[in-house]
Amino acid sequence: MPRLAELGQWERELLLQMIDEIPAFSGQPWVAGPPLDERRVALITTSGIHRRDDVAYADGAVANDYRVIPGDVDADDLVMSHLSTNYDRTGFQQDANVVFPIDRLRELADEGVIASLARYHYAFMGAARLPGLEPKAREVAGLLKRDAVDAVLLTPV
Amino acid sequence: MGALARWLEEEGIPTTQISLVREHTAAIRPPRALWVPFILGRPLGVPGDPAFQRRVLRAALSLFDATSGPVLEDYAEEVPVTDQPEEDGSVFACPVNFSRPVEAEGLAGELLREVAALAPWYELAVSRRRRTTATLSGLGPAEMARFLAGFIADPTTTSYRDDVPLPLALRLVTQDLKAYYLEAAAVQPGARVALEAREWFWRSTGAGQAFLRLRDVCLAHPDDTVKGFGARSLVPLAIAPRPAGADALRRY
Repeated sequence: MPRLAELGQWERELLLQMIDEIPAFSGQPWVAGPPLDERRVALITTSGIHRRDDVAYADGAVANDYRVIPGDVDADDLVMSHLSTNYDRTGFQQDANVVFPIDRLRELADEGVIASLARYHYAFMGAARLPGLEPKAREVAGLLKRDAVDAVLLTPV
Repeated sequence: MGALARWLEEEGIPTTQISLVREHTAAIRPPRALWVPFILGRPLGVPGDPAFQRRVLRAALSLFDATSGPVLEDYAEEVPVTDQPEEDGSVFACPVNFSRPVEAEGLAGELLREVAALAPWYELAVSRRRRTTATLSGLGPAEMARFLAGFIADPTTTSYRDDVPLPLALRLVTQDLKAYYLEAAAVQPGARVALEAREWFWRSTGAGQAFLRLRDVCLAHPDDTVKGFGARSLVPLAIAPRPAGADALRRY
């Protein structure tokens, strides 16, 4: 799961319709990098999470706005205000790491599997529409470069 | 999400990602993706299981070793089946009695009764987990119940706060109230989580019935944003189809 065949008809139809909205991309970007244990890693999630005191995600043009997740965030301080009601939230309610594995990455950094973690991570709300999202993504890329990040892990919800 | 990966990579940042809907990822072709066989909402697979999460994480990060792409790899390990019903079937029984008909005491009364019945379980959940996710609206559970029941009874009811527009207020309150129920139910004997919790909330609780009535009220509301909330953001597709005319191509 979610293998489409295992979902109900209406969920499956929505997910299939979303494929039609995917724009045609040209080219195939590919950036090489150093071995994993020399990389500085940032997390980016489209799960619509943010810190408890941050402004919740809303519909409309502001749906493209990202939230900054500080590198020293306590995972227990993360909440979720995604627009979609079509996915499980009980996993996140139990353990934020099932969506945003910040504690797991900290462990990997402590063990030297990765070199370090970024100073800031970023959260988007995945129901945002793609055209408005592109400038925000490129803006975040600039911020990541200034943070010397050379590996991003993206997590959906 | 694959689009984000492409744009970041175009800007010079190497990316890897976890994919939940393989068909979307195959269509977008991000540089590196690990498809996982987990339900929507759980990209790392199992909450509270660091070892499982680490294996998924290591697999996603290992895609940086590839020398060319796009790479779309399948993760083979399934989530272990641990929520098996007990032999007497009690796992699916509901320790809190929600059986009274809603009409008998009014919607507000029913919601308040349920909220009160769940309070000890919710408090236990908060103390166990040292957190709650039901804080988006800033309202307490009884205030949420009263606000929703009030709006259903009188759709001219305004937001609970001047700086929170009505459609957002409705979404935050319904998300909080549902989180309150699900966090409470998750620590009861025979804990209900994931898809089973969804069925329980929507088919066995007065709140689920109230949300379905709220949807009808929203769909008849003069504000298009409230209508859109009712059409798309309140009732899961697993419970009911979208009403005719709802924008089917919205990405949620």
